[in-house]
Amino acid sequence: MKGMTVIVKTITSWVKILIFLFGIYIILFGHLTPGGGFAGGVILASSYILIMLAYGRDFVEENLSLPAASRIDCLGAFSFAMIAILGLVFGGSFFVNFLFQKYLPGQPLNLVSAGTIPLSNIAIGLKVGASLFLVIVSLSICCKDFRPGTSVNKKKE
Amino acid sequence: MIIFYCLLIFMLIAAIVAVETEKLLSSVICIGAIGFGASLMFLFLRAPDIAITQIVVEVLGLIILIRATISRDLTFITGDREFFEVVVSVVIVFVIFLAGIQVLQTLPDFGSPIFAQVADAPSNTYVSRGLGKTGAANLVTSVILDFRAYDTLGEATVLFTSIIGATVILRKKCRKKMEETTG
Repeated sequence: MKGMTVIVKTITSWVKILIFLFGIYIILFGHLTPGGGFAGGVILASSYILIMLAYGRDFVEENLSLPAASRIDCLGAFSFAMIAILGLVFGGSFFVNFLFQKYLPGQPLNLVSAGTIPLSNIAIGLKVGASLFLVIVSLSICCKDFRPGTSVNKKKE
Repeated sequence: MIIFYCLLIFMLIAAIVAVETEKLLSSVICIGAIGFGASLMFLFLRAPDIAITQIVVEVLGLIILIRATISRDLTFITGDREFFEVVVSVVIVFVIFLAGIQVLQTLPDFGSPIFAQVADAPSNTYVSRGLGKTGAANLVTSVILDFRAYDTLGEATVLFTSIIGATVILRKKCRKKMEETTG
């Protein structure tokens, strides 16, 4: 699995950073414009999937190894739970928007506004992106090695 | 309204082709067509949040399905359908259809919000006081991450658990062990 032709590789090297930046934009502006953590995370994952399809799985595992992706996944889930628990500590109840109500109200329609909502968006974006990347890389390992019929025949020979 | 009916007919035709075709790859492509039709429908219904999520997830799911089908040797669906399974499926679909008619009659008219009928519906609070209570200009985000954040926590937990299961089952070490035991 060495990847696709040189045309696909060249266009991928131009387009991958645009897709990645668009994912970051969708996550960061999720509380102002359509989008949010889930959609942005999937776009982040899809930029890595594009690299994986064009250059092969070994190239993408050098950039973002499976343990690192697993750690990012855990970090996202942990920070989302921590935001909820910090709401319990500072605001009095689970998942309360303590930053907006007490400490950092901000102006509506600004980037820094809405309290904990952008932080939750970032956490969910990291989590969804890393986990979908993990799923597809795991499935490509499965597809590469496991074909019905072929492996069994080799063993018999 | 016409564009919704056009999209609906397009999606229905794609769904029937996806079920009836014999090639696995064309079935997967038809499933992708259904997803893109649903995304366009959300866009015309002025729900850009769901449209973005739908199209992005559809692209990723299509990539996974096409990779899974192309690398397989079994790309043709063979075998006849059994009579009993067809009867059971038709009966279940018919029951769901009747229940859907009953449910859809209680909904408000197409395009009118639900708090036009029920005054103290929770969506009334979300729309009228969402900006003041959360500060987020995007009301969908303010609902899923502030008013209904428990729901998002559950969704994230489901995703996390399923990823753990997938990586444990599909990793290289496990695959090698399985091949050793079966071979």
